[in-house]
Amino acid sequence: MKLFLALSLSLFAAAAAAQGLAPDVQVKNITNEVIGIIKQDKDIQAGNHKKINDLVDAKVLPHFNFSRMTALAVGRNWPKANAAQQKALTNEFRTLLVHTYSSALSTYKNQVIEFKPLRAAAGDIDVMVRTQVKQPGTEPISIDYGMEKTPGGWKVYDVVVGGVSLVTNYRETFNAEIRTSGVDGLIKSLVNKNRSLEIQASSKSK
Amino acid sequence: MMITLRRLLGLLSLAALLGLGGCATTGGTPGDPLEGYNRAMFGFNDGVDKAIIKPLASGYKTVMPEFARTGVTNFFANLGDLWIGLNNVLQGKVGAGVSDFGRFALNSTVGILGLFDVASNAGLEKHNEDFGQTLGRWGVGSGAYVVLPVLGASSVRDGLSLLAVDWRGDPLWYVNNIPTRNELIGVRVIDSRANLLDVSRLAEEAALDHYAYVRDAFLQRRRSLIYDGDAPPEANPAKTSETGESKDTAAGAEPESPPARLVTQWGGRVIAATDEELTPAREFSAVPAPQPVAARTEAAGVAASVYEPKIPDNHDALLVTPGAHAGFARTSLGQ
Repeated sequence: MKLFLALSLSLFAAAAAAQGLAPDVQVKNITNEVIGIIKQDKDIQAGNHKKINDLVDAKVLPHFNFSRMTALAVGRNWPKANAAQQKALTNEFRTLLVHTYSSALSTYKNQVIEFKPLRAAAGDIDVMVRTQVKQPGTEPISIDYGMEKTPGGWKVYDVVVGGVSLVTNYRETFNAEIRTSGVDGLIKSLVNKNRSLEIQASSKSK
Repeated sequence: MMITLRRLLGLLSLAALLGLGGCATTGGTPGDPLEGYNRAMFGFNDGVDKAIIKPLASGYKTVMPEFARTGVTNFFANLGDLWIGLNNVLQGKVGAGVSDFGRFALNSTVGILGLFDVASNAGLEKHNEDFGQTLGRWGVGSGAYVVLPVLGASSVRDGLSLLAVDWRGDPLWYVNNIPTRNELIGVRVIDSRANLLDVSRLAEEAALDHYAYVRDAFLQRRRSLIYDGDAPPEANPAKTSETGESKDTAAGAEPESPPARLVTQWGGRVIAATDEELTPAREFSAVPAPQPVAARTEAAGVAASVYEPKIPDNHDALLVTPGAHAGFARTSLGQ
């Protein structure tokens, strides 16, 4: 009981701390923490899917707003989906994004990440936090995080890699899918996609 | 062998650009009028990649130690810096261009023929420029999305730039000894493909529709590159889409809309559209064409010199330039 109390208190403290932080500081802290863990963990470097997923689950996901991400990706068709469909879309899209994100993290190899100064006014509630990954032989690749202020602190709603939004990049595909087979068709193909990724991942880890 | 291959590629690409530029097939996706052809070529390229290029690149990555691969990448990247610098100057970014020439000077000497990228450590950042971006900066729209044979994702503007202009700025084509030249080009292709192995795997895993995912990523990427990573927001889809008042409805993203505009805002018929209208969201095509000109010249540390984006009257001349010189001028295979 005491342990539970201490745990919830510390969680509360962590949440409160996150709320007070500026968005760029928050991104910096999380990035440094996650990279620190990856650098020390031989299993993750060897591509252990479960461990990477656990890390992303614990450290990264709480800072993402997946319903906003899904709404962005679906675009103008979003209001046409009913509540249950929106929930299903969000769940499936979340799974897909988490897979991609984890997969991308596992390719990390000591690249230097730079954090750029935040260009925002004091009262802004929607900002772009800019970072850069430096690697030899190519120009630095930018990774920008679209973040919005919510009652639960700053949340990421878009990740833009080298100018490519990982969220809106799906919009044309989603539109096309909805056009031909409706919202349920899109949900179905997302489910199928996630299932095939799962099969692929489990066959790899054997 | 390489020469014939090059000519064949060039002819194929040119045929693709010219022939298919005219007959807009009514594909399902608005903004991708050549989708039928593109998908077929994408499939073909994917086959070539899976059968030849990717296995070679994987083998190369396994065999070569990482520091050696970095050296190879740096070597070719260094040769590219001259052309990049020239394009920066052409875009009015003199400071960035001078920095690129400085990179070449420093890396070629201190960096031992470019094997080490000492310039980056010295604070001279590598840039990404080509003639397609220069045209974009001058106000030439991208035109339709085109998948080139073997070379992959491109657009009418970028494809013509690549085939007609960019290879001339590529030092490897000036190597007199043909076998040596072909070997160098071959190594460059394999090396750049090896660098893209992770990215291409990620894209394949992330995509519901691989073709559309690569297309939309390419279009977003090119737009970002033309603005040097500082593209204006596209009518803020973030705000609009959630309320359902998405502007892309207004921007004519419905299937009934004309597939692609072949008329500029100056009224002349050219190869390209008014703006980067083929970017996925396309919200901003409803607003006056955003001119990337002078968008961020101050970043290069020089006063903004504004270009009047004029489409030359003899623009069609571009179509008949010796485009038969294809070659792997571009390092990215777009897969």
